[in-house]
Amino acid sequence: MQSLNGEKRMARSDPAPSRWAYRFQRLMLTPVFRTLLRVGVPFALCLVATLFYLSADGRRDAIRLAIADIRAEIFNRPEFTVRLMAVDGASDGLSADIREIVPYDFPVSSFDLDLETIRQDVAGLAAVRAASVRIRNGGVLQVDIVERHPAVLWRSGEGLHLVDIEGVVLDDVTHRGAHPDLPLLAGRGADRHVREAMEIFAATGPLTPRLRGLVRRGERRWDVVLDRGQIILLPEIGPIQALERVIALSDAQDMMARDLVAVDMRLSERPTLRMSEGAVENWWKIRNISVENDGS
Amino acid sequence: MIELYESQRAMRNLRKAAMQRGVVAVLDVGTSKIACLVLRFDGIDPAGGDVGSMAGQAGFRVIGAATTRSRGVRFGEIEAMAETERAIRTAVQAAQKMANIRVDHVIACFSGAGPRSYGLAGEVDLEGQVVSEQDVSRVLSACDVPDYGTGREVLHAQPVNFALDHRSGLIDPRGQMGTRLATDMHMVTVEAAAVQNLALAVRRCDLELAGVASSSYVSGVAALVEDEQELGAACIDMGGGTTGISIFMKKHMIYADAVSMGGEHVTNDISLGLQVPPATAERLKTFLGGVMATGMDDREMIDLEGETGDWEHDRRQVSRAELIGIMRPRVEEILEEVRVRLDAAGFEHLPSQQIVLTGGGSQIPGLDGLASKILGQQVRLGRPMRVHGLPQAATGPGFASAVGMCLFAAHPQDEWWDFELPVEKYPARSLRRAVKWFKDNW
Repeated sequence: MQSLNGEKRMARSDPAPSRWAYRFQRLMLTPVFRTLLRVGVPFALCLVATLFYLSADGRRDAIRLAIADIRAEIFNRPEFTVRLMAVDGASDGLSADIREIVPYDFPVSSFDLDLETIRQDVAGLAAVRAASVRIRNGGVLQVDIVERHPAVLWRSGEGLHLVDIEGVVLDDVTHRGAHPDLPLLAGRGADRHVREAMEIFAATGPLTPRLRGLVRRGERRWDVVLDRGQIILLPEIGPIQALERVIALSDAQDMMARDLVAVDMRLSERPTLRMSEGAVENWWKIRNISVENDGS
Repeated sequence: MIELYESQRAMRNLRKAAMQRGVVAVLDVGTSKIACLVLRFDGIDPAGGDVGSMAGQAGFRVIGAATTRSRGVRFGEIEAMAETERAIRTAVQAAQKMANIRVDHVIACFSGAGPRSYGLAGEVDLEGQVVSEQDVSRVLSACDVPDYGTGREVLHAQPVNFALDHRSGLIDPRGQMGTRLATDMHMVTVEAAAVQNLALAVRRCDLELAGVASSSYVSGVAALVEDEQELGAACIDMGGGTTGISIFMKKHMIYADAVSMGGEHVTNDISLGLQVPPATAERLKTFLGGVMATGMDDREMIDLEGETGDWEHDRRQVSRAELIGIMRPRVEEILEEVRVRLDAAGFEHLPSQQIVLTGGGSQIPGLDGLASKILGQQVRLGRPMRVHGLPQAATGPGFASAVGMCLFAAHPQDEWWDFELPVEKYPARSLRRAVKWFKDNW
């Protein structure tokens, strides 16, 4: 007996693909479709899975917490801990000031330190000329300071100030006796010409013991004030040469020891002396005596 | 002729688009097998342009090849549409899978549909001193088209020869001086229904038909070597259901025909004569067949196995000489029919009378000896030329038309419709006609 299904079995052995299988294969061979399948579908699946996972608040918070924990753990490792601060190149007072303005309580993680802000804060102090801040091996915050040193005392309308050679006001001083070693300047604008004033001080030579200070006149030239109220008025240009001439005269004729009030060197071709009132009267008296003697 | 222009030009544009995209499939719809090759066009000439076109092999590569048993095709024509469609699908799918790329455009060839060959001549006076492209178009359209009957369609129309005044044998007359231009054109017509069926079957596979060629022509392109094409040769493509004939001269096909007999008839004869099923007959033919019997063949006995249950019937033995005795008359009949067609075409007047046998049927042992007795002394067995990337399994003579299709796709010959329509016949160029009228009259 021959099977009645024989026809169908023969049909199934047909090697030809069905129309849909053929179309499906052609679709799978389409480059755009394959790219979509290879990239687009996994991407979409991952996206959906991630979004589904993150749609719950609890999971999001847990992830955030875990990240924060890991961060804290790394930050708090001993390798990254800064335990103390070293300040180099600063005097004790300045060092105390710096320690005061750095707003951190040690130990602290180096990730939490904002070195640039610290540097700017420290450099903002008047007594600091330059500052560099770094974290040294061994967890030390190293602050290197180049300090300003007071060069002169400056008496202005507001009081007595310490001024460094560049004219930066470092501090206020209550009385002159606190810094007897520093020379004294006075007058408006004197702080901007400290370097010139220092040169004049250096040139005083034998007059140094008698020197009281320098006065800036009209923000343009200097007066040298000696004791006994004597003043040497220096010109605007070449004050050192003028002072040296005065010193030479003083050496030769003992001029400054006499009863002068002022030596006016403002016009170099015509130095002028101003004597004190008593000296003038005496001088007149002497002249009269001599005239009388001559005339008799 | 305008409709012919339109459809052929549409196919040519599709072919160009496919070449631009770089992938095109070649489909050989035969009676016994359907072969599909997928070609990739690189656009790079590996020879660098100095060596010429490398006989048309350069610039493409076969990246997919598949062949399947043909179904629903008889005498090279589609007879059962659904069956053929399935067979085409099988071949195309396998080739696509091998190429790992999707193809959308297909160039197909078929062997049947009664090809008829016409020689056309046209003559025209030149408009100027020098032959221009327009003049070529005009002389082509001046050819007197014979009445090839309704229900037939022009498959190829190739200008074969140009003559300028008294000089003949010009390949490209453009730019030459003269007064009178004449041309010879070779036209092949086939039954329109066969072409339409093929187009329909291809379209039902979601593919687009980007070109149709005659199988006899393309197997000639593949199997004839260059000097044979130049000097004159005939290519006999012995297929399953039909035997195609094409005559080449000066690298142009000048005659095409087909005999509606082939290898399947031989198989049928064996099946009838030995009372065996066709599958067994086919196996006997391919493994043990031949056309020249020797004394040895009388002693070589073949077992004819059967499943009828009849012991006598299932235990028969025949000698190989008997098998050869069945095959030989049919092969002789085919070759004689070919001889008749060649004589009708005037093949004996050609300077060289080389005959090249190709196609699956040409693999019968001893065929060249038999053919030289019938067709003449200059007979050789031809295999298709080698193209890049063709698998070893597809290099046999049975793939001559598939390989020829590759060459045809890469380097198509000029066809009638590749030239511009002459001004007079082109309705869209009426403005140019007006300008021309003005020029002529003032």
